Amino acid sequence: MGLQDKLNDLLQQGLKQVEESVNLDSINDVRVKMLGKKGPITEVLRGMRDLSSEERPKVGQFANEVRDQLTAAIDEQRLKIESAKLNEQLKKEAIDVTLPGNSVAQGQPHVIQQIIDQLVDLFVGMGYVVAEGGEVEEDRYNFEMLNLPKDHPARDMQDTFYVTPEILMRTQTSPMQARTLETHDFSKGPLKMVSPGKVYRRDTDDTTHSHQFHQVEGLVIGKHITMADLKGTLEIVAQELFGDELEVRLRPSYFPFTEPSVEADITCFNCHGKGCSICKSTGWIEVLGAGMTHPNVLKMAGVDPEEYGGFAFGLGPDRFAMLKYGVTDIRDFYQNDVRFLTQFDQKG
Amino acid sequence: MKVSYKWLQEYLDIDVKPTDLAEKLARTSVDINDVYSPSDGLTKLVVGFVTSTKPHPDSDHLTICQVNIGETEDVQIVCGAPNIAANQNVIVALPGSRIGNNIKIKRSKMRGELSEGMICALQEIGFSEKVSPKDYEDGIWVLPEDAKPGESIFPYLGMDDVIIDTDITPNRGDMFSIRGNVNDIAAFYNLKSHFEVKQVIENSSEKTADLISAAVDNTAIAPTYKLRVIKDIKIAESPLWLQIKLWNAGIRPINNVVDVTNYILVKYGQPLHSFDYDKLPSHEISVRHANDGEQFITLDDETRELISNDIVVTAGDKPVALAGTMGGLETAISDQTTNVTLEAAIFDSILVRKQARRLDLHSESSTRFERGIDPAAVEMALDEAAQMIAELANGEVTTGIVTGSETEIKEVKVDITLTRINHVLGTSLTVKDVLDIFKRLAFETKVTDDKFTVKVPSRRWDVNIEADLLEEIARIFGYDNIPSTLPSQTSNVGRLNAEQKLIRSSRHVLEGLGLNQAISYSLTTPEKAQQFQIIDGGSPMTLSYPMSQDHVATRMNLISGLLNDVAYNVARTQDNVALYEQGRTFVPVIDNDRPTEEEHIAGTVTGKLVSETWHDKTAAVDFYQVKGIVEQLIQNMAIKGTIEFVANSERKEMHPGRTADIKLNHVVIGFVGQVHPKTAKTYKIPETYVFELNLTPIIAADKNERHYQEISKYPSISRDIAMLVDENISNQQIVDLIENKGGAYLTDVTLFDFYQGSHVPDGQKSLAYSLTYQDKNDTLVEDKVNQAFDKVIAKLVEEFEITVR
Ligand SMILES: [Zn+2]
Repeated sequence: MGLQDKLNDLLQQGLKQVEESVNLDSINDVRVKMLGKKGPITEVLRGMRDLSSEERPKVGQFANEVRDQLTAAIDEQRLKIESAKLNEQLKKEAIDVTLPGNSVAQGQPHVIQQIIDQLVDLFVGMGYVVAEGGEVEEDRYNFEMLNLPKDHPARDMQDTFYVTPEILMRTQTSPMQARTLETHDFSKGPLKMVSPGKVYRRDTDDTTHSHQFHQVEGLVIGKHITMADLKGTLEIVAQELFGDELEVRLRPSYFPFTEPSVEADITCFNCHGKGCSICKSTGWIEVLGAGMTHPNVLKMAGVDPEEYGGFAFGLGPDRFAMLKYGVTDIRDFYQNDVRFLTQFDQKG
Repeated sequence: MKVSYKWLQEYLDIDVKPTDLAEKLARTSVDINDVYSPSDGLTKLVVGFVTSTKPHPDSDHLTICQVNIGETEDVQIVCGAPNIAANQNVIVALPGSRIGNNIKIKRSKMRGELSEGMICALQEIGFSEKVSPKDYEDGIWVLPEDAKPGESIFPYLGMDDVIIDTDITPNRGDMFSIRGNVNDIAAFYNLKSHFEVKQVIENSSEKTADLISAAVDNTAIAPTYKLRVIKDIKIAESPLWLQIKLWNAGIRPINNVVDVTNYILVKYGQPLHSFDYDKLPSHEISVRHANDGEQFITLDDETRELISNDIVVTAGDKPVALAGTMGGLETAISDQTTNVTLEAAIFDSILVRKQARRLDLHSESSTRFERGIDPAAVEMALDEAAQMIAELANGEVTTGIVTGSETEIKEVKVDITLTRINHVLGTSLTVKDVLDIFKRLAFETKVTDDKFTVKVPSRRWDVNIEADLLEEIARIFGYDNIPSTLPSQTSNVGRLNAEQKLIRSSRHVLEGLGLNQAISYSLTTPEKAQQFQIIDGGSPMTLSYPMSQDHVATRMNLISGLLNDVAYNVARTQDNVALYEQGRTFVPVIDNDRPTEEEHIAGTVTGKLVSETWHDKTAAVDFYQVKGIVEQLIQNMAIKGTIEFVANSERKEMHPGRTADIKLNHVVIGFVGQVHPKTAKTYKIPETYVFELNLTPIIAADKNERHYQEISKYPSISRDIAMLVDENISNQQIVDLIENKGGAYLTDVTLFDFYQGSHVPDGQKSLAYSLTYQDKNDTLVEDKVNQAFDKVIAKLVEEFEITVR
């Protein structure tokens, strides 16, 4: 048998042993046995010195090929064994991924706060400043400067918590109209402000009445502010809160501090105008009150109604939240049941 | 106001659907409560003619009737009404019909006798008790003789009408009448009004002035006061057409005199009052303020005690009516009345409102006096009423009106320019457009160049100034037709100020740390209002007339409200409650009725902040968890200055050993700790931790504008020290000392172990700190660190007698 045949034999023998190796130890044994310094291949190569100078390089080259083939086969088998082992281990580590994750601490803003923030952001984006006033107000700012003298019938509509005959819990955020008008420097441009906050009425709490609720007031006064601007602004507010596809309807209303006064309705988002229990089958939902600032209000705040004019609007975040989420009891907003508070996920 | 569509049709040629008219009214004039027909929900109600009756053999109150319902054969119906009789037309609910309250009528047997339907009273077919005529209260309604058996009853009772129930804003008092509605609808639909005013025929030559006199000294309380007398009348039931008009307007028909006054009230918005002429204690009529304590018995047989702010109509100084509110029992029209004194007046709106409110006597009349009366229509209404009473009750109208006072009808002229109109409304109307609108409103208008001079009729007393005309133009032009734009001149920047930003980010921080935002009531009990104050500000501000005992005083802290919330949750088995609130507290100020309003932020945790799961056993909240929340909150505010937590055992509502004041530059700005178990008990809550901060000083404090420090490239070295120390030495004392004496390279001190108990001598505790050293500019050599570390240890031994372990 020539060396070449011997080598071939060793190769076949070695490949067979590699294939039969099932763990890292046995594959290591094969490597040492076949490729080691005392291994058969080395031995064969030692016999080369008996060969002719012509045959020697041929056999040498073949021996190297055999060695490379065996090395490759051993490496491949080792990888196979290793990955099988790892897979087995990973399999053992498998868990039920449907078990619940750990709780983490994360609170949520109150739903009314969410609506207020949404509105404030909208108006700040349109160049308004935010001006919160006092919750304890003077009769003068809450009523008189808003064209509501002492005997005005509209005062009956909003029963008031008085502290003294001149001091009261504000019944509306409108006092900030008079206060900002008094202090605004019109030489620096028009007044554009929103005033969110708590207001109070002398009401008995029930599902639809609360002695405490919220309002967001808006006021824009300048030299060129029109009713068309009011209409455009109200449409943006309604669409921001309730969606673009809804129609806005203005209808005449009455507020002592605006003239003309309007009420803004939107298409009922529940029935899309067909009529349902939410909209009392009118197809419309009243969302806010507004109007062109009454000249008396401007005059009383020291602003010339001949030169300046504009609009004001007021809306109720509590009512919005009730409409938007179908909350049926206004008291839910102030009792702070954690199961209630944690339902209002912020979207975006 | 309940406006009858059919009544409107008498004066206007409209053929739009009533719902469309209502929609147009809502968009142009007044809000709409409801649009309905009295026949809504009712079916198969027909005229039946009772051909014969016989008593029910087994009942003493039932009657067996044979009724012609327009079919070839009569049907048998058992009826329980006392006024059932043969030869009258009645309301028959056929088997399968629906009557009031959605009741379905079936063929049935009543005590063994077949009954094929039901004979109905008005209340049974949807009429409210309030409007059903009293005479028929206990019995069935009898239809007119010419009603045809088998036909629907609806046209006979005006139930085929449609009622538009309007909700009238305070300024549109004119819309409290058919006349006002007709005018407005004519304007917005551009129709011609055929509104009819009936003229009076004074068919008695006797002079009214010879029968009665009227003198009003105080014309402020009754600016207009007029009387007529109708003689020799006969009280009777009103004709059906009049009764229908009233009950469709929500008013109960009574008799031919009272019904006429109510008809005129609805038609003109002018309340009238009728007195029995012969029962008046005197025929010298006047109007005056009541005397304090004066007694008066009103129509409803109630004795009213009057106050001087009330106004009364008097006869020989004796009250005979509460002006504008309710008449007196003694002088009321009765079946025996033969002579009638009819009053048409304008009473002061504010006084009527106050009187009606005080006595809870709001009525159709008082509402109209409150909202205003057209002075030009008073006489019109009085004349038409006198004429109708004369016609319906066969009476004689005496000659002349007796006038006690008379308002001068002021001419209201308002100027407005076209430029102004378009400038305010954002429209591009022409002179012709505007003139057309005023013409439709029947406002007499003169125009010169672009200036309009508008003469406003007295029936529109709400229109007085330019802005009022703008409203008229806008609504008749149509709000839908006004363009939508945004304010153009926007040179100003919109943004939150520093305070608003800080408040908003504080909220976000606390939410990120696991607290849900609560909004509690600012008004609470005086006791709770003054608990948990950061700095004692005395007693809270209280309301003059609170509505409930629970909401009397303005809060001086947020925690008490949060504890109410915790109690609410705990009572509903929600054991883990983590809340925060941001809002105002109210601190009374000496010499000022308005308190200072402080922005506070507060939090509460009870149970577990992080709820336990199958996998994660979390710990119940303790002091250090809540303190960690507060520390993180303050950290995020980047305050330049020292923040300290200092034990305070003096806070009444707080655990004396587990409460720390929070100080900013040595001034108390808040506190954190456990609610005193006694306080917790009064709130019915378990172990609860709270904190409250006054944001005002935090907002005012200087902030670290450059919060960033370069990360050193050079390695840091740390050294640990474990020590035994007297238990009364606080962590803060040790940390302060280490920081003060730690040398230039000390960058951090962290407590990493704390132990007290067995293996530690009594009265001592074991603490372990890790000290980190770093040189910003160079690699630190061990020697320098060792020196510094040894120095600190020596100082600790010297100062606090620590034992290094
Ligand atoms: Zn709807």
